[in-house]
Amino acid sequence: MYICAMKRNILFLVFGLVVLFSCKKIMPKAPPDDELLDGPVEGLTTEETKQFLAGDIAFNDDVFTAQNGLGPLFVANSCGSCHAGDGKGHPFTTLTRFGQIDSTGNQFINQGGPQLQNRAIPGYSPEQIPSGATSTKILPPANTGLGFLDAISDADILANADPNDADADGISGVPNWITPPYYCSFRPNTLLQGGKYIARFGKKGAAYDLLQQTANAYNQDMGISSYFEPIDTYSKLEVDPEISNQTVYDVVFYLKTLKAPVQRNANDPDVKAGKQLFIDIGCEKCHTAQFKTGHSSISALANKTIAPYTDMLLHDMGPGLDDGYTEGSAKTYEWKTPPLWGLGLAKNSQGGSYFLMHDGRAAGIESAILMHGGEGTQSKMNFENLSTSDKAKIVKFLESL
Amino acid sequence: MRTFIYNSKLKFVLGFVLIQISLTGQNDSAGIHHVSTDSTKLLLNLDAVYNRPFLQYGKIPVAIGGYVEANTNYAVTDGVTEGFSFQMRRMTLFLSSSIHRKIKFLTEIEFEDGTKEINIEFASVDFQFHPMFNFRGGIIMNPIGGFNQNHDGPKWEFIDRPISATQLLPSTFSNVGFGFFGKMYKPDFVFAYELYLTNGFNENIISNSENKTFLPTTKLDPDRFEESFNGEPLTNAKVSLRHRKIGELGLSYMGGCYNKFQEDGLVLDVRRNANIYAVDFNTSIPKAKTSIVAEWAWVFVDVPDTYTQQFGKKQYGGFIDIVQPIIRKKMFGFEKASLNLAFRTEYVDWNVGTFNETGGNISDEVVAIVPGISFRTSPQTVIRFNYRYQWQKDILGNPAARTAAIQFGVSSYF
Repeated sequence: MYICAMKRNILFLVFGLVVLFSCKKIMPKAPPDDELLDGPVEGLTTEETKQFLAGDIAFNDDVFTAQNGLGPLFVANSCGSCHAGDGKGHPFTTLTRFGQIDSTGNQFINQGGPQLQNRAIPGYSPEQIPSGATSTKILPPANTGLGFLDAISDADILANADPNDADADGISGVPNWITPPYYCSFRPNTLLQGGKYIARFGKKGAAYDLLQQTANAYNQDMGISSYFEPIDTYSKLEVDPEISNQTVYDVVFYLKTLKAPVQRNANDPDVKAGKQLFIDIGCEKCHTAQFKTGHSSISALANKTIAPYTDMLLHDMGPGLDDGYTEGSAKTYEWKTPPLWGLGLAKNSQGGSYFLMHDGRAAGIESAILMHGGEGTQSKMNFENLSTSDKAKIVKFLESL
Repeated sequence: MRTFIYNSKLKFVLGFVLIQISLTGQNDSAGIHHVSTDSTKLLLNLDAVYNRPFLQYGKIPVAIGGYVEANTNYAVTDGVTEGFSFQMRRMTLFLSSSIHRKIKFLTEIEFEDGTKEINIEFASVDFQFHPMFNFRGGIIMNPIGGFNQNHDGPKWEFIDRPISATQLLPSTFSNVGFGFFGKMYKPDFVFAYELYLTNGFNENIISNSENKTFLPTTKLDPDRFEESFNGEPLTNAKVSLRHRKIGELGLSYMGGCYNKFQEDGLVLDVRRNANIYAVDFNTSIPKAKTSIVAEWAWVFVDVPDTYTQQFGKKQYGGFIDIVQPIIRKKMFGFEKASLNLAFRTEYVDWNVGTFNETGGNISDEVVAIVPGISFRTSPQTVIRFNYRYQWQKDILGNPAARTAAIQFGVSSYF
């Protein structure tokens, strides 16, 4: 009896010691860096890291309620609601925009355009699309690597443009020329054409910089007025700011300094072969593999070689993707080439399923390829003519990004 | 105004502490004695509020008591940790008084996280007209589930309170109100009922920084002990049955309007309700001395269709605790010591339903397992060691955030 109790006590002592000394092993490890979309770029200074953290909290933790300014009409109540894990969004927070059919501007700006606030705090009715307005749905984009895209020079973007298809490859590519809001600061050596500047953010590439994108998102997505966008989306009146300038700047800084997605399995033979096939069938003509960033006030972003797989230009994507709505100088059938980096991790931010293309209509990579029209038609046909195994290699390559 | 309320609370509490010190400071071992409870009767969660180790001085009809909880915490979420912390979870003081043979008063004042929160959790006068008909009025601990009524730290082998009890249900949840309760004893079982009307919920439950339907945020309203948010009472009812051999089963309901649907006679919105149902069970297997405590709750909230789906219309969740004493004997000089193995598993789905846009499942759920070891020097004092592993999924069902925590703590009545 005594020996039995003794054995039991020793067993529990051993168990306790094992637990204590294996703390590190029983704690969840961080996922590999290449499996995550969030996290800062390498090389931030201490001061920059602090601002990154402040922006991270504002972006991912701040939740707006009726008490602190939400709405009364809105689409989402926090930045993180639309950009889970800083990845692509989900149809649950798809935006609807309406009212503009050409470069003359939004004809429904006084009737709630350009964005539909399809939700409302209790006691209010959500907005409706006005009669006669065309509209499109827009899935929230991933946030990763935006600072690098911001640091690409206008000249490098313009170098890929071929508005008249001079090389007769069926692909043109034009920038979206816009008049930025007054609060945007122009990049060094920014290019001007007819009083307009090259914009680069958003599915239509109609936002000049991340400040414009952020201030608009606070205002149009969440109904939060700021010094930059002070017009209340419900009353249409200029109201007091509901968020500080510093918070907006912190969020912009956070978005700028999120790391670029890291490619996985780059040396896998199928991935390598898939990349070559991707180039061979012409995808890379628009989904440009490499850019070199130019000047940036954040040295971690300056003069870096990046692989975003976008040319930052607008392309005719054919009638199948023409929703009859546009922004800036883009045509209704033109969409900015979306960056493909991070594509393979999209499912991890979209609840385990793919929702691809501008509105999430494609449930997988292959179906997204097959939805390409217009300037993408030839590449799509080339893809269709590949063997099943070659198609799989391209998909595998894209999933590695 | 808030500072004034805080100061008033603080003065009251300091006064309370001084009474305690003056009573215990006399160090008269003949005068101070533990108030004995009737251990022959079958006890229910309903009885937990009075079934505590009180100290009484002489024949003064006032008894005092309390408990304290403190612990260490080291948690890691997906490889990221905030480091190691010591936490003073709570110190709670009880004061009870027999105003008359059939009139009792009891209050419970809790200091959480140091003095970050000071709450009167219970302060009511009970009038016994008949065992089946007692009237209770004051600040009442709403009888929803079992944990809310029976939550004293030293009774549990786990450092963290169950997620379903404290975040799905808003334990500890108290409100001002009145109502009735009664018990009927038979040789092998006891039956009890409770029926109260109290102040209720407010709109914080669907408008909060948790970004989910979250009943506990109703407690953020500083006026809730002063006036009803919407002028509508919260109805709370519970029936309990304990069989001597089988255990106790409780069925409870709490519900009422949560929004301010009218003001100054003007209609602002439709009347929206929150309804909560809970079932709780506890038993002890006589031969093995295994104790099992379980609770499950369902929450239904009338969230406007035009609001964000981030705030769920339906939630459910619960926990089950199993505690197995493995050594019960005199240890280290403690006569009634025991060493126990404990295991908890818990689950909450914060948003039951499907997305309007895709028809896909809305996730937003958490599941956790908590193995632990506890050493009780007596039934009133516990030293406990817990390991928690938790998986938390966001609303979209993306890969779960994994959190593990190692916790060591003490809790004791005094």
